[in-house]
Amino acid sequence: MVAATYAVPAILVFVTSALLIVVGALGVISVKNPVHAAICLIMTLFGVAVAFVAQSADFLAAVQIIVYAGAIVVLFLFVIMFLGVDRNMHVSVEPLVGQRAFAGVGVVITIGGLITLMASSHWVTGATSVSGSALAPGNGNVKQLGTAVFTTYLFAFEATAALLIIAVVGAVLLARRERATTKEEARA
Amino acid sequence: MNVPAAWYLVLAAVLFGIGAFGLLTRRSALIMFMCVELMLNAVNLTFVTFSRTLSDISGQASVFFVMVVAAAEVTVGLGIVVAVFRRRASTSVDELNELKG
Repeated sequence: MVAATYAVPAILVFVTSALLIVVGALGVISVKNPVHAAICLIMTLFGVAVAFVAQSADFLAAVQIIVYAGAIVVLFLFVIMFLGVDRNMHVSVEPLVGQRAFAGVGVVITIGGLITLMASSHWVTGATSVSGSALAPGNGNVKQLGTAVFTTYLFAFEATAALLIIAVVGAVLLARRERATTKEEARA
Repeated sequence: MNVPAAWYLVLAAVLFGIGAFGLLTRRSALIMFMCVELMLNAVNLTFVTFSRTLSDISGQASVFFVMVVAAAEVTVGLGIVVAVFRRRASTSVDELNELKG
């Protein structure tokens, strides 16, 4: 019935992305080794990128791969290997009694509430956009997104530039060794 | 014809739930950061789905900014993890029970 309404390739793409996302996410929260968790995170991020492409968000899919899988996960792996914390993880030990049961119940209530809320309100409500042209599939999206970012959201875009500079300076300040600074201060 | 938006929204809700469960139960600061990334990605997925359904580019612009903020958050967060690890030789959040360095 569903296959008659919607094209089979679209369903296959959705199932593929859903499998990648869910299996990868379950891997992140369950594996012992943090390096394996980072690899599972890449799997989830690829699944989300597939879902982006399927919904004609081409530019965001590319950014998802380049920034998330290419930069953020590599940063995670760098820190994991830099600190050498890839062995001393205890997944089986539960620090607080009943913590996992409570977390599971809370999460199930959250997911159930979200899905019930969305289902009872017809999933997506609101009027379709009337300002500008309708969302064009394919390459047209990149142009549209660029226009939106550099006109409507120009101030926010400039703010993100400042945010990134501040984050870089903060990370360098946090991660540098203190001995080197005291020596330099003593010299100066 | 694409699959209905409801499928993607349910998938995003499940991904958000998995990330929240991991954040609540894992004790390693690194894994907790990864779970935050999972939750951010779930929200990004809903943004793109709404953007497609309502034919409005603003959703995708929001995802763009969420990605930038996530990158900044990971950078500073991992810097803090490295700084804490120098003092404590551990990334377990249970051992961080005082502000004194």
